[in-house]
Amino acid sequence: MSSAEAPVRRSAPAPPALPERVRELVTPEGIDLKLRLAEMSERATAFFIDIAIMIGILVGGTLIVFLMALAAGRRSFEAIAIIWLLGSFFLRNFYFMAFELTPRAATPGKRAVGLRVATRNGGPLGFDAIFARNAMRELELFLPLSFLSVYGREAGGWGALAGLVWCAVFVFFPLFNRDRLRVGDFIAGTWVIRAPKRSLELDLAAGEADSGIQFTRAEVDVYGVKELSVLEDVLRRKDPPTIEAVAARIRAKLHRARPRGETDLQFLEAYYRALRARLESRMLFGHRRRDKFDQP
Amino acid sequence: MAELTLKSRRFREEREGQWRKLEELLARAEKGTSQLSDDELISLPVLYREALSSLSVARAISLDQSLIAYLETLCTRAYFFVYGTRTTLIERIQAFFREDWPNAARDLWRETVISVVLTALGVAVAYALTASDTSWFYSFIGPAMAQGREPTATTADLRATLFGGSDGFLTVFATFLFTHNAQIALLAFALGFAFCLPSAFLVFYNGLMLGAFIELFVSHGLGIEFGGWLFIHGTTELFAVALAGAAGFRLGWTLAFPGAQSRVDAMSEAGKKAAIIMTGVVAMLGVAGILEGIGRQLISDTVVRYAIGGAAIVLWCTYFYLPREPKA
Repeated sequence: MSSAEAPVRRSAPAPPALPERVRELVTPEGIDLKLRLAEMSERATAFFIDIAIMIGILVGGTLIVFLMALAAGRRSFEAIAIIWLLGSFFLRNFYFMAFELTPRAATPGKRAVGLRVATRNGGPLGFDAIFARNAMRELELFLPLSFLSVYGREAGGWGALAGLVWCAVFVFFPLFNRDRLRVGDFIAGTWVIRAPKRSLELDLAAGEADSGIQFTRAEVDVYGVKELSVLEDVLRRKDPPTIEAVAARIRAKLHRARPRGETDLQFLEAYYRALRARLESRMLFGHRRRDKFDQP
Repeated sequence: MAELTLKSRRFREEREGQWRKLEELLARAEKGTSQLSDDELISLPVLYREALSSLSVARAISLDQSLIAYLETLCTRAYFFVYGTRTTLIERIQAFFREDWPNAARDLWRETVISVVLTALGVAVAYALTASDTSWFYSFIGPAMAQGREPTATTADLRATLFGGSDGFLTVFATFLFTHNAQIALLAFALGFAFCLPSAFLVFYNGLMLGAFIELFVSHGLGIEFGGWLFIHGTTELFAVALAGAAGFRLGWTLAFPGAQSRVDAMSEAGKKAAIIMTGVVAMLGVAGILEGIGRQLISDTVVRYAIGGAAIVLWCTYFYLPREPKA
């Protein structure tokens, strides 16, 4: 009702589009889960954690096998060599696969960062997809590595350069597409999304209901949803200098003096409650006020 | 302004218990469904739908962004659990050997034929070149690979390499062969992504090496014996490499010519099919490694070697290509 004859806005912001890395996933129940794709930085972190774990296992395993060989003497050398060979083969090829086959679909590194693998169409994640995305690591990771360590020296200048360019295409593939897909993700129809474990935080509106601070209708009509969420962040973070600065800013905007005995935190909490009550009740009547420029 | 209880707060107080229950069940379920009792397992989808409806309501009436974020992550976790794969590992393995693998291999028969033809071409080329001039041998096979099996070697030496049996490290040798070959096969598959060419080269080169060796032994009058030496494991191993090459071809071909589907969709379909083949290839190479490392070293009778190799190829072809009754 308001948008048709809305008064001139000082600066009319475009209606909020989906943020850049949010993808739609509508469940069969008809609700959009708004998946958030993992950032490259997060995936790199997860990857380095995994590599560190793999190297740790390899070094530890080699030590154990070596000690076993020492203890068992020459006769069992054969069995121990097999254990080592198979162990390193499975570690290299199946570390990622084994963990991604679990219900959480994430390696320890991905779990630590709060990521998981999912299919791009929202369907179940099959063994074939996990195999495909991880077999491609051969091309993306181990080929460049072995190239750098061995073939590069043999190939000579131009050959090494050509090899590096070739490897770089695969290593930097994720940076050149919208969904941050590795070659393996591309092949397997998967992507990596954020799936952190969040705990339910306290409701800020659940504090003692009556702190005695009252606001007029005009005072709560100053801000919109965007400002409310900033205020929520400030209150959850509880950083004293920020709280002081924000309280001073809001008081100035409302032309209120600071009464004696009223702390900044009390004031902000009370204002948060009042503002949220006002905005939510208006939302129930169908008007969601985006921000302070969105005139009622 | 009078302080009323917020609707969004009442909403949260009413439903919070269910969300926490779902969260707790999920945490246990993600460790394995055996952690849950039957009742809990049945209640999980119900709780999931309630959480979804809560999310939908919260988006409409609540401005508590931490609450909405919490519900979004909770629903996402529950979604992936409820709609995730439900088969057990055993069932998956059964389905893989019963249907998935042979079906995928049959589906890639054209690529497999191309792969086999390329290998045969490599063999023919290397054989002809080495026969015309033995120095060609060194262009195909490096000294590390040859291990003394060179044109200058005597017939007795060559014969010794074919029948030189156990040195006590059979199983280690078998394991090494398996891991090495599997790694190469995985590479051949992954390289297919670059429009087939590297895969084609690998398969062809494999044929070249083979051809050069064949010529070497044939020219020393050891053709039959070499055939037995190669045949016992080679039928399985070369077939596996051909399949790996075929999987690579399918990837590269789909990337270049996706057909009626979009390139992204076609690639993910081809990739999954190729992945099934590759899983099987790793298993086949395991068999080949055992045949090569243990069987070949223990069995030095050429006829038995031919028999085992021949039986293997017949078995593989029966398993892959013989029509089977469609499942009801």
